[in-house]
Amino acid sequence: MRAMVYRGPYKVRVEEKDVPAIEHPNDAIVRVALAAICGSDLHLYHGMMPDTRVGTTFGHEFIGVVEQVGPSVERLKVGDRVMVPFNISCGSCYFCSRGLLSNCHNVNPNATAVGGIYAYSHTCGGYDGGQAEYVRVPFADVGPTLIPDWMDDEDAVLLTDAVATGYFGAQLGDIGEGDTVVVLGAGPVGLFAARSAWFMGAARVVVVDQLEYRLEKARTFAYAETVNFAEVDDVVVQLKRTTSGLGADVVIDAVGAEADGNLIQHVTGAKLKLQGGSPVALNWAIDGVRKGGHRLGHGGLRPDLQRREVRRRREQGADPADEPGTCQATVAAALRARAGRLPHAERHRHLRVPLEHIADGYHIFSAKLDDCIKVLVEPGEG
Amino acid sequence: MSEQIPVYTAAAPPVPSPAELRARIPGWGVDLDPADRPAYPRERPEETGAHWQLPERQPETSPRERSVEHEMLPPVFGTTAPLHGLSGAVRRLSYRRCSEARAAHWLLLIAADRVDAVESHLRSLATARPDNPVTETGVRTELTQGGLAARRDSSRSDPRHRWSDPFIVAGPWVLGGAAAVLGLRRLVRGRRR
Repeated sequence: MRAMVYRGPYKVRVEEKDVPAIEHPNDAIVRVALAAICGSDLHLYHGMMPDTRVGTTFGHEFIGVVEQVGPSVERLKVGDRVMVPFNISCGSCYFCSRGLLSNCHNVNPNATAVGGIYAYSHTCGGYDGGQAEYVRVPFADVGPTLIPDWMDDEDAVLLTDAVATGYFGAQLGDIGEGDTVVVLGAGPVGLFAARSAWFMGAARVVVVDQLEYRLEKARTFAYAETVNFAEVDDVVVQLKRTTSGLGADVVIDAVGAEADGNLIQHVTGAKLKLQGGSPVALNWAIDGVRKGGHRLGHGGLRPDLQRREVRRRREQGADPADEPGTCQATVAAALRARAGRLPHAERHRHLRVPLEHIADGYHIFSAKLDDCIKVLVEPGEG
Repeated sequence: MSEQIPVYTAAAPPVPSPAELRARIPGWGVDLDPADRPAYPRERPEETGAHWQLPERQPETSPRERSVEHEMLPPVFGTTAPLHGLSGAVRRLSYRRCSEARAAHWLLLIAADRVDAVESHLRSLATARPDNPVTETGVRTELTQGGLAARRDSSRSDPRHRWSDPFIVAGPWVLGGAAAVLGLRRLVRGRRR
């Protein structure tokens, strides 16, 4: 089969690989119909996630058709059209049995701090992902969800991560009626978090970014007020001023690991890979939230140096919630999409690339060319 | 000065009313009740589809590295890109020696990633399909997708420090090459004497 293959930082290509095999009785093999490049795929592409191995196929946002099922699979059959949440979960461990499906303890030998995620480095279990013609889907009875007939592929693929993660970020912020919510970062997750904040009763939603085309999307798609941090002297002062000096009730940090806002960040993070995520945004979030408010770390921090800072802040009581995204919200998000509560894909600007041109898609997304907000990958017929 | 200064008195900053928001924002307040939100309350049992207490174990066809924090190899794991070469040795060391709380664990893995990239690049030179820095980086899209305009006509701040890239990217190679040349020259001169 043809599959995207990581060749080292900033380098990917399409190679012939073996079609994945059933390795566990509850595995399924899914023929990929549509995949997406996630902002967090860029963390891998830029070489920022520890233990990202050459030869890995990326892609944790994908949908497809069940091609083969293992002997213990009960809920899926060949031919089913499914969306596959980005988390891999056994459904029965200590964490899964308490609803914490993104923290499954039975799927990731490489770390106990995180569960399994498709193609998100060996730190998240060492699975291949869906930017390929076929993908192995472990625990087929737990993760995949049938795609309703009325839902198109583009909406479905966004539900596997971006929409659900954005919604879940807003939910973890414990937003209440009348709250002022600030979202740092206007990528897909930030935009969906901002949009979702209104559902939970926010009275004001403010999105902070530096890319004007993304701020425009925040205004038109997420109905948010916007702050271009490149055009203000001090973001925190700006946020305090717009909230009468109080600060926001909820701040959601949706800034990715490759934050690149200043020279020191650029050198130590984007180039030397000594940190992932933005300490600048982290401090904006901590200082921009009102005393006693909720700050949510939803952006990509890398589990090394910066985690210490997060832990330190948490010990000081500044971090009530720092949790990764989860697949829990996927099904509910699908239902909300049907009810018109969640946005439909056509309202975004998505670049579609065939699998053969995936290197172009990565560069366009990474370099933020052509006002790109999301890249979809079509495996096609080859 | 008003007697009702927000924050310095009990007054809250002014915000739009629910009626105003409901009229302006599609779907405003539909999930106002936390109980209507997915995954509420947190840490509650739910039906997951699992029909086992402990999943069957996936066969371990070759030795699989694991975190020292794991009591056993978890039942299911990924099998792509197994450990190999010098990068594999560094990764193995990291997994065997360091818990996830130690920065050394993560920094060793990051270092191994760089070694892996160099190893793979060198290996590719011995194949019929060596790495192609033009097609594999997608850099041609800078010309076709408005690379210049994206930076020139934008408020983005990253182009301001792009001047440093050649030094950061090429610097280690230049310094390494210079060190190798100097070392080689010293070796040759030493032998001549």
